[in-house]
Amino acid sequence: MPALRLLNVTKRFGEVKALDDLTFDVKDREYVCILGSTGSGKTTLLRTIAGIIKPDEGEVFIDSVNAGGIAAEDRNAVYVPQTYALFPHMTVLENVAFGPLAKHISRTAAEEVAKNVLRLVRLDKRADAYPNELSGGMQQRVALARGLASGARLLLLDEPLGALDVRLRLELRTELRRIAKESGLTVIHVTHDQEEAMTIGDRILVLRRGRLQQYGTPYHVYNRPEKIFVANFVGNTNFLEAIVETRTREGSTLTLREGLRIRVLDSSFEPDEAVIVAIREEKTQVTPEPTGEEPNRLSGEIVEVHFLGSHIRYVIKLSNGDEIAARVPLKEARTELKHGDWVSVSFDPVNSHVYEYPMLGLQGELEAN
Amino acid sequence: MANRLLGSIMVRFDRLSSHRVSRRAVYVLAVVFLVSFILLPPILGITFKLNLAAEVLSNSDLLRRAEASIFWSFTIALSVATLDLLAGLPFAWYIARGKSRWISILDALADIPFVIPTVALGFSTLLFWGNTGPISVLGISVAPGLILVLLLHFTFSFPVVVRVMVGELLAYNTVYETAAKTLGARTFTIARTVTLPLLRPGLIAAFLLAFARSLSETGATVIVAGGFENGPVFIKNAQDAGLQGPMVLVSFTLIISSVTVFALIRLLGNRLKIPINRVYPGPEARLSSSRSVNTRNGLTLLIFGFFVLIPAIYITFPAATALTDGTLQRAISGTGIWSSFWQSMTLSYTIAVLVTLINIGLGLPVAILIARKRLGRLLTTLLDAIVNVPIVVPSVALGVSLGIFWRSFGFLPEFWILVFAHMTITYTYFVQAMAAAIEGIPEEMEETARTLGSKPLHVFRKIIVPLTKYSFLSGAILVFTRSVDETGAATAVSQTLKTAPVLLVSWVKHQVPATQSDIALGISFLVLTSFVSLLVLRLIVYRGKK
Repeated sequence: MPALRLLNVTKRFGEVKALDDLTFDVKDREYVCILGSTGSGKTTLLRTIAGIIKPDEGEVFIDSVNAGGIAAEDRNAVYVPQTYALFPHMTVLENVAFGPLAKHISRTAAEEVAKNVLRLVRLDKRADAYPNELSGGMQQRVALARGLASGARLLLLDEPLGALDVRLRLELRTELRRIAKESGLTVIHVTHDQEEAMTIGDRILVLRRGRLQQYGTPYHVYNRPEKIFVANFVGNTNFLEAIVETRTREGSTLTLREGLRIRVLDSSFEPDEAVIVAIREEKTQVTPEPTGEEPNRLSGEIVEVHFLGSHIRYVIKLSNGDEIAARVPLKEARTELKHGDWVSVSFDPVNSHVYEYPMLGLQGELEAN
Repeated sequence: MANRLLGSIMVRFDRLSSHRVSRRAVYVLAVVFLVSFILLPPILGITFKLNLAAEVLSNSDLLRRAEASIFWSFTIALSVATLDLLAGLPFAWYIARGKSRWISILDALADIPFVIPTVALGFSTLLFWGNTGPISVLGISVAPGLILVLLLHFTFSFPVVVRVMVGELLAYNTVYETAAKTLGARTFTIARTVTLPLLRPGLIAAFLLAFARSLSETGATVIVAGGFENGPVFIKNAQDAGLQGPMVLVSFTLIISSVTVFALIRLLGNRLKIPINRVYPGPEARLSSSRSVNTRNGLTLLIFGFFVLIPAIYITFPAATALTDGTLQRAISGTGIWSSFWQSMTLSYTIAVLVTLINIGLGLPVAILIARKRLGRLLTTLLDAIVNVPIVVPSVALGVSLGIFWRSFGFLPEFWILVFAHMTITYTYFVQAMAAAIEGIPEEMEETARTLGSKPLHVFRKIIVPLTKYSFLSGAILVFTRSVDETGAATAVSQTLKTAPVLLVSWVKHQVPATQSDIALGISFLVLTSFVSLLVLRLIVYRGKK
């Protein structure tokens, strides 16, 4: 039974459609990450589920009950905004006990619940502190504890790690998931950080301008991006414009600019159709000279070299003027390669994806978020 | 037991607040109150009797006086607000940015003319500049009339500008100034091209407040006006002479024109550009030198001391005499004119308590509507404008209209007419203070509390009220002190019942045989109670901060 179901939900603000005909399910105790850039409707989605705003069209079901007539306070769906919204005039304990008290549970019982939850998030020793005396990470955990103590089944986290520094963010990622799983919660976690979404989510929902782009496991979304937007947003991808030359059941031959030819496994496009080919940067190989066996061999000049710590990233200008980037793990990298070198570039047809040519053109599509 | 009972009642109310209908009912009630008690009476009252104004139009002498009085009202208000800004801005700058340890004292002193009831301020100014005043030894004295009115208005409106601008400067992020400094600009250039343009909304607000105060003030102006008439003085004189027509005409004109002028300044003020295209390195470097700054600060302090502070507190001297010459004994025993004084004080404070309670209860929902823009942007702007009308329109004009309106209900006792008039005059203060405070609380905080299972009323009790309690208190005390202090509207409305300020004006104008000591002492009692309420506020805020 799904814990949450959205059916054709649309929300407009004036002319802008913040949510556009969204339909999806979230299973009980599932951890779902909503991934999207600024303005994609992520926060609006959370607030709609929480009952803070009403959708213009469509329905929200919580535990198979239509939540349309249920007020925010009766939904058992706790919203945790990016700022955490801890009540500044209450101590940590009072903040956490607020939910139970609001539901008219006796003070002793409420504080007992609060103390237990604070132990779970390892903040029981700071129960008497005020929010402004805590670090960002601690505040985040208080917000989480407050949600847990209120007896919520559904936790709605809006960029919960957004305000923290990188190291803490990495630490708290796993912590968040652990607590959610231990407490048997269903979580919707909004983020614009693809790595965060992949590490922590059971499933990822990619949102763009209020529309669902793709919904699936991190593995699926990463390896089978269904749209140019998803391929671009999740991971680091090269995009090349091409025209289908021939197609067989096993795949197609495409022509890049200046007549360069490549093979792909996709055979869903007609000959002469304009398409976009996407290849992950880390699936692109660079060698000083062609070995003669690699598929899809192209050649070009290294125009940029970026040292990324664990990887080296080369940007290569192909003989036809297109640019392609390759990420090579440090231990496999040929350190003698440098700016200005003429190199051979190749990729396996298995690792390429082909998309319909976008209406806005490639650049237009990549720039529109 | 009682606690549990109260608890269960609260639970019931909390539950009730979850229903859209009951929440709406509260808002509707508050808006109905706003419309029927604050908005409509001043508009309807004056239109009831507009036909009386026609008789003035045929009397050229009266008409000329009426026109002149309105002209002077606006001329004085505009010049005083401009002077306030010129003198008040450097003073505010000094308080906000100065490093001297005397600054906090100076800051408190700047508030004094603000909290002294205007009747007291009027009498104090009259004595200070009068021919027995301290500077008469230099051969300088200012007789009642236009100049004295100007001096008085400068005294009481200066602190308004200082208060607003200090707040703005303290809230202003100095990172822009630092950036400008590292780009090589001098302090004066920075102030002119970076800080002031960014503080423009504050400057406009300060100007408007000073302008409104000057336009509206009645009690003190009547005391120092002599034969001179601005709008409020004209209305008061017309009332004393029993001339209803001129009173209605000038009130009507003042109401319409003040609302128009305000709307114009609001609209055009935002288009006003502070010239920043050019920089004058030489002169501005000289103006930034420490010598120029010291000269400017010295001059500013001198203006403050001589034109604001000393005239405002000069009243203490005759009041001190009253302690020893037997006046105090007569006052305490309540003999002669003092029996009516204590009746008036009781009346003033009874009205103030009632007005404060009503305005809190019915102002709160409106403050929420405004702060949270519950009615959409257009209606919120309209609501906000309506709420501001009572402080924009001269209170005496408002009083004339309110008096006409409420007296048309023959069954209403005068006491309630006075209460209603004070309610209208003071309505703005609490709503404004609370709307600003609620706006300062992120809406997310309320939303999160709701998703934690808290009903709307519960959110209000547990989150909004605790977080806004200081604004709540200061708003309430502002309503209270303004109500006690109110002279213009009370003068216009009162027939047999006299509030303390109205009574004191009649003492000063020698409509009742009162000695200088009587007047000074009577005024001191009013000042004292005003100070006590301010002290209570400061104490509560201080304890809260601790």
